[in-house]
Formats: sequence, structure tokens, C-alpha cells
Amino acid sequence: MSADQWVALVAGIVGGALRVGAPFLFVSLGECLTEKSGRINLGLEGVLVLSAMAAFGGAYLTDSAWLGVLIGAGAGAALALLHGLLCSLERVNDVATGIALMLFGTGLAFYLGKPLIQPQAPQLPAVPLGFWSDDPVVRSALQLNALVPIGLVLAVFMAWAFARTRAGLLVRLAGDSAHATRALGYSVSGIRIAATTAGGFIAGLGGASLTLFYPGSWNEGISSGQGLIAVALVIFARWSPLRCVGAAFLFGGAGAIGPALQSIGVGWGYHLFNTVPYVLTLVILMFTCRPGSVATGSPGELSSNR
Amino acid sequence: MPSALREIGLPVFAIAAALLLFGLLGALAGVDPLDVWTTLFTGAFGSWFSWQNTLQRAAPLMLTALCVAIPARAGLVVIGGEGALVLGALAGAALPYALTLPDNTAGTVAVCLAGAVTGGLWVMLAGWLRQYRGINETISSLLLAYIAIGIFKHLVEGPLRDPASLNKPSTHALSEGLRIGGIGGSDIHWGLAIGVVACIGLGLWLRLTASGFSIRVVGGNPRAAQLVGLPATRLILAACGVGGACAGVAGAVEVAAVHTNANASLIAGYGYAGILVSFIARHNPLAIVPVAILFGGFGAAGSLLQRRLGLPDASVLVLQGIAFVLILASEGLRLIDWRRLFGTRARIGEARP
Repeated sequence: MSADQWVALVAGIVGGALRVGAPFLFVSLGECLTEKSGRINLGLEGVLVLSAMAAFGGAYLTDSAWLGVLIGAGAGAALALLHGLLCSLERVNDVATGIALMLFGTGLAFYLGKPLIQPQAPQLPAVPLGFWSDDPVVRSALQLNALVPIGLVLAVFMAWAFARTRAGLLVRLAGDSAHATRALGYSVSGIRIAATTAGGFIAGLGGASLTLFYPGSWNEGISSGQGLIAVALVIFARWSPLRCVGAAFLFGGAGAIGPALQSIGVGWGYHLFNTVPYVLTLVILMFTCRPGSVATGSPGELSSNR
Repeated sequence: MPSALREIGLPVFAIAAALLLFGLLGALAGVDPLDVWTTLFTGAFGSWFSWQNTLQRAAPLMLTALCVAIPARAGLVVIGGEGALVLGALAGAALPYALTLPDNTAGTVAVCLAGAVTGGLWVMLAGWLRQYRGINETISSLLLAYIAIGIFKHLVEGPLRDPASLNKPSTHALSEGLRIGGIGGSDIHWGLAIGVVACIGLGLWLRLTASGFSIRVVGGNPRAAQLVGLPATRLILAACGVGGACAGVAGAVEVAAVHTNANASLIAGYGYAGILVSFIARHNPLAIVPVAILFGGFGAAGSLLQRRLGLPDASVLVLQGIAFVLILASEGLRLIDWRRLFGTRARIGEARP
């Protein structure tokens, strides 16, 4: 490979990490908030697809990308609210509900999104991170999704809120000990429903960045399991919003290897390179989990711990 | 309420409520709900033609549902049946590349066995990761499914590709003698018989044999299993292996009976629909047979809904999703006595979208 190709490859992977990592960032932050309150939302996969559709449809109908983002996040929150309510029923398991909402959310998105496959919607503006370079390949690779700075601020805010605010402490309390929460006179279900809904809203921003920035259109293959990888990402990030940022971009970079290689003409193993994020997740889980013990930092009430 | 009635009553109630909601959804799209329901019924069970289509779809559903049900009885939520199915299909289609198979039923059995072994090992990997590395099997099985699909696409578009398949990359077709034909000249292939036999056989196994009983003990009360000294890890791996083998056979049968080669249309979501079927059947292999036929029917009616009423082809997915949500919500009703049931229904109503 020539030097130019190397530059293009590295720029492709770094740029891809930022592009592909954006939805990972939001779903992992959303999942982090949900799990901190003591519930797992596997349905974030459905939330992601539904919000991606809603954001695209919203942007198309209102002709404003930012309104689309809001509509997408709202749709995500609505589906997550359904998850929160269902899990509050007695004997309803959050993992099974998550699977159900995964099917329901994707089904609903495909159903309502049928007329949106053809049209174009206004896209989110890009932050040109490649301004320092004259190389057009580098410049085009380093176009940053305008939602990413918002996500970074959100991660810092969440880390601060979990440590310093009443609401943040309550979420952690509900996640660590339902009994203690009840003893203090708070409703465990209420806190969890609120946290799950807010988590869905945040994950909805990830859906919006899929259809309104990269890849930038609505189709039925828009998500390939990012919502599920988020669950593993949160374990990897040991339930810390700040570590979620690093984890998301690491995964984004891993997912960008295939397309980056293809863009410089290496077509071999395209599908294999696309599985790198999943393999990476499994390898990370292998090193972070241990049989019979609870992962460090994990909320005590999570059903995966029991 | 007698428990048997409750076992059947709640799923029936959930499916009826799902159909009701689905009709309302049709009404929102400007279609008469009555038309939706009649089309759904005609497309699924209205004619011999639709029955054939229904049963053709029910066959893989039964097997992928078993891939959820058997591990579930051992206490695992495995949702990666899609991965076992595609790899089973790949193994079945690839076997003739490696071996010269006899061009008869023995060869077909070998193709199915290749699928069973591959699928079984794949799901067993998820069980192994759980027992030895402490990784949640729900997440790992799903990640493994995505990896399996990546491997499948890589091999079908690369080393195993039939150069003659230009637009749609696929493997070489199985020879005529290896294929699975229809039962009595119909379009219903023998995969249906395999599915029904597997469901009945595994149902009896769980109920009547010592090993089946041990698996249920491990799933029902891990501590009790530990106290009486059951080899929990071995039983869990066995349950995963059996379940994965079923999904793998489903893939091999799809290749031998429907597609004749392995190509991307095999990735049709049977693995995910199987999760739903198993949950509705309450992970009871015997109940999987009728539930799989019902949902095979809904799948078969999908194209008719699209052609006759202009509903999107994803509407069947929505119906599946609603049914799944309601079936889980109905779990919440199980412990409640009849007199309070109506009060609780109002709570469920809130949870609807």
C-alpha cells in the first residue's frame, strides 16, 4: 500500500469511528441510564430503529433536521416508556420484554416507514474537523456529526448528575437496592419508568444520527444490532457514562474497518470485517465477566446479576 | 382458575387482543378491520394453496422455536437461533463440497446432520460462554448470530460461491437426489414432519426421561439442582446443543427443500419469529406445533395483505410484535384471581402503544 492509501485508511477508520460511533454513544448512554436504575432494556434495538424512522419522517415532513431529531427522540422515549410500564407489571421479565419490544419497534418502524424509503430528508449539519488538512480524502472523512458534541456534553452531565444530584442518586439507589428506595418512601417503579423513558429519549438521538447524518437515509437495514451491542458496551464501560464515550468510539472504529478497507480497494473479507464489533464485544465480555461473580460497578438489582 | 385453563386461556386472550389491535392499526391505515381479519384468515388457512404456504413456513418455525424452548427449560434465554439456522444451512449446502454424498435419502440425512451438528455447536458456544466465562447468554447468543451471518455472507459470496450465480450469490445447488421433496406431491415438504416429530419427541423427553427431568430441575431451581448434585453445566450445554441442533436442521431443511442452495434469502427472520413462538407456547415443545402453524399462517397471509389491501409487507412483523408484547403482559395476569382480573385489564390497556 502507498502512503496515500495509508492516510486514507487511517482517516477512514478515525472518521468512521466518529460517524459509526455516534449511534453507539447515544444508545450506550441511554442503556447506561436505564441499567443504573436496575433494569436492562434490550428493546433499545427497537427504540433505535423506530426513532431512526421517526427522525427521518419528522425531518422530511417538517423540513427541519433538528425537529426531526426531537421527533425521533420522542418516539424512542415513547417505546421505552412502554418497556418501563410493562416491566412494572408483576412477574414480567425485563429481558423478555426487551426482545418483544425489539420485534415490535422494528416492525412498527418498517410498517410506518414504508413510504420513506425513496425520499430525501434535510440532513444535520456537519462540523468540519478536517480543516487543518488539504487532502480532500481526509477532509471528507473527518466530517463530524453535529449531534456528537451534544452527546459528549450529555455524558459529562450524566456523570456529574449521578454523583451530585438528587435525581441521579435516586436512580442509583433504585438500581442498587429496591428495599432501601422503598424504605425512603420513593416508588421504585416510578424511578425506573422515568429512567427507562429518559434512556429511550437519549437512544432516540442515536437513531436520529443514523438517518439524518450517516448513512443519512432510511432503509430497513439501517441498524445492525447497535442497540444490543449497547448492552455489552455498558458492561465494558462498567456503568460509567464517561467510559461509554471511549467504548462507543472504539466500537465505531472497529465497525469502520470494513468500509475503510473497501474504500481503498480491499474488498476481501468485507463481511468478516463487519463482524469485528461483535467479536470485539464477545472478547471484551470474556475478559470482564467472571462466572458466579458480579461485574464491578454493576447495579445490584440488575436481573443479569441474579 | 384451573391451571390448564389458564395455560391455554391467557395466550389465546393475548393473541385475540393482538388481532384486535392489529385490526385497529389497519383501520388507521384506512382499511376496514373486517377486511384485515378475513384476509389474514384467507391468506393463512382459507384454501389448500394457503395451507401449503402456511405449513411450509411452520416447519422452520417449529425448529427455531425449539432452539429457544429447550434452553429456556434449563433456565437460559437464548435468542440466537437465527445464527444456528444460517450456519446449519451453510453446513448442509457445503457438505457436498467436502464429501461425495450418496445421491439418496442417506445423503439427505447427512446434509441434515451437518446442519444439526453446526447449529448445535454454535448455540452450545453461548452456553459454554455462560457457564465458564459468566457471559449473559442472551447477549452472547445474539452477538453470535450476527457473527454467524457475517461468516455466512463471506463464504457464500467468496469461497463457496457458485460462479454461475451472478446477481444473487449462492452456493452450488444440492444435487437432485439430496433434496427433500413434498409430502404426497404437495408443496408441503418433509421438513414439517421433522419439525412435528422433533417437537413431540423433545416434549416427551422433557416430561418422561430422567435427563429431561434433570434439565427442568436445573432451569426451575438451580439451587435444588446443586443440592441433589445434578451436573448443571453438562445439562445446560446439552440443552443448548439440542436446541441449536434443531435450528441447524431448520437451516439445512430450508436449503434441501426450498432454496436448493445457500443464499441470502435464508436470512428471513425465522430465528427471531421462533423466539415469539416459543414464548407464546410457554416453552412447551408440544404447544409449539399449533403456535408455529398459527404464526406460519400469519406469515403466509402477509403477501395477501399487501396485494389485496395495500398494507406494507412489514404489517405481519407489527402483528408479531403486538402479540409478543401482550403475551408478556398477560404473564402479569397469571397470579391474579378471576374477580380482580377485570381491574387488571385496565392496567394492561395503559401499556398499549
